[in-house]
Amino acid sequence: MFISVSDASREYFFKDKGKTTALHKVNLEIEKGEFICLLGPSGCGKSTLLNLIAGFDKPTSGQVSINGEVVLKPSEDRITIFQNYGLLPWRNVLRNVELGLEAKKIPKKERRRIAEEYIELVGLSAYKNHYPAQLSGGMQQRVALARALAVDPDILLMDEPFGALDAMTRMSMQDEIERLWQEKKKTIIFVTHDIEEAVFLADRIVIMTPSPGRIKSIIKVPLARKRDRTGVDFFKIRDKVFAEFGLKDTVEPDYYL
Amino acid sequence: MMNILKKAVKAVVSISVLILIWELFVLTGRFEKSLLPSPAVVFTGIAKMIMDGTLFTNLKVSIARFLAGYLAAALAGVAFGLLLGWNKKVWAFIDPVIQVLRPISPIAWFPFIVLWFGIGDAPAVVIIFIAAFFPILLSTVSGVGNVDAIYMKVADNFGIKQPGLLFKIVFPSAFPHIANGLHLALGSAWVFLVAGEMVGAQSGLGFMIIDARNSLRSDLVLAGIIIIGVLGLLLDRLIRLLENRIKRQWGVISEERN
Repeated sequence: MFISVSDASREYFFKDKGKTTALHKVNLEIEKGEFICLLGPSGCGKSTLLNLIAGFDKPTSGQVSINGEVVLKPSEDRITIFQNYGLLPWRNVLRNVELGLEAKKIPKKERRRIAEEYIELVGLSAYKNHYPAQLSGGMQQRVALARALAVDPDILLMDEPFGALDAMTRMSMQDEIERLWQEKKKTIIFVTHDIEEAVFLADRIVIMTPSPGRIKSIIKVPLARKRDRTGVDFFKIRDKVFAEFGLKDTVEPDYYL
Repeated sequence: MMNILKKAVKAVVSISVLILIWELFVLTGRFEKSLLPSPAVVFTGIAKMIMDGTLFTNLKVSIARFLAGYLAAALAGVAFGLLLGWNKKVWAFIDPVIQVLRPISPIAWFPFIVLWFGIGDAPAVVIIFIAAFFPILLSTVSGVGNVDAIYMKVADNFGIKQPGLLFKIVFPSAFPHIANGLHLALGSAWVFLVAGEMVGAQSGLGFMIIDARNSLRSDLVLAGIIIIGVLGLLLDRLIRLLENRIKRQWGVISEERN
């Protein structure tokens, strides 16, 4: 298996009030090229799980391994996209995208060429000399995507990446990430609390519940792409997810109007 | 544009009123002319200083000292600030010493400064250095301590290691803080430039005032004071422009506010 989370727990210890379990004995297997959504309310440990896979954090017990190797620290093979973009405000778009390439010691000319290629890919060529403060939220997230893709990672880890965007921009960004996923064949693990977002994007939706954070179930989304947000099949899957969270009224009405 | 105009009008009005009050006091005739020279006499004094070149000569000397002391303080303050801000454990030991040294007026060191550095340009430069060093050091340390955690995460993720981490992430991220410290330091350095030159120099703006006092020319003393004030204001405005540009760029202030 490509990514394998086995019995991973993450506990936080406090001096005065014992411990809280952010994640309890989670098992998850992910194949190469899969689009996985971690879905759940706040406090369900979805971001904690993402951080463990990223290597920003270590499990207190159990382990995460990728390609058979245990994850101990972050790596440029798996880049995290944050909700608040994490762009460097003192660098323009071009130089932001070049950041990861600089660390890889790629020569200046080559760096520029790769950066321009990926800025083109996210449709921001006209803005390559702009600074982050001059761009809208959606555009900033595109820059973050270009920066991540430019170092050609195997895995993209996305932590509620569209959470700060308005509903319309969100949908166009969802289309965008699906397109990039199909074009670049990355494995994507995408954290969200938006059920429709998960149904639109995921091959499999990992449903998580809080206290302690754990996986409740995994729902396959066998819909063809590009998915129709208003289609009947889409609603069926969406209803299934609603039911998993106990958000669906199970009482049948006596009559329909 | 309208805002700048309005501000300028306000400044002109308030300064005119001040000069008017000053003139009225003089007109009452209750003050000895040497104790309170009239505005006209003082402005003649300023004009004379400009015309005969004394102002320019002394200004040149003062600016050179100021730049030497201030730039040295900026370099040292930022360099030490980056190192100490980064090594929190070392800073925990240095911080108490700094807190004791910081409230001491640079002028208090003057006897030692003369013993250690002699006379001439050096005492004024050292005093400016001391005045500017602490605000720059402290703001740099606090800037380095306040680097947004997300930048560090991003750097970690892309495998950016030292020294790249310091120059590409930490320093630029702390830069708005540092710019603020440079601005504060500029003000206090300017104050102590004059003080330094009054106690230990034979030239410069501060000396100009002492020289006028020694020849009992209160009009020239006041003229010198006004010149120092106006130049200080200009310097402050200049660095504030730079600082605001940096802050806008860094997204610390997104829109221009009034």
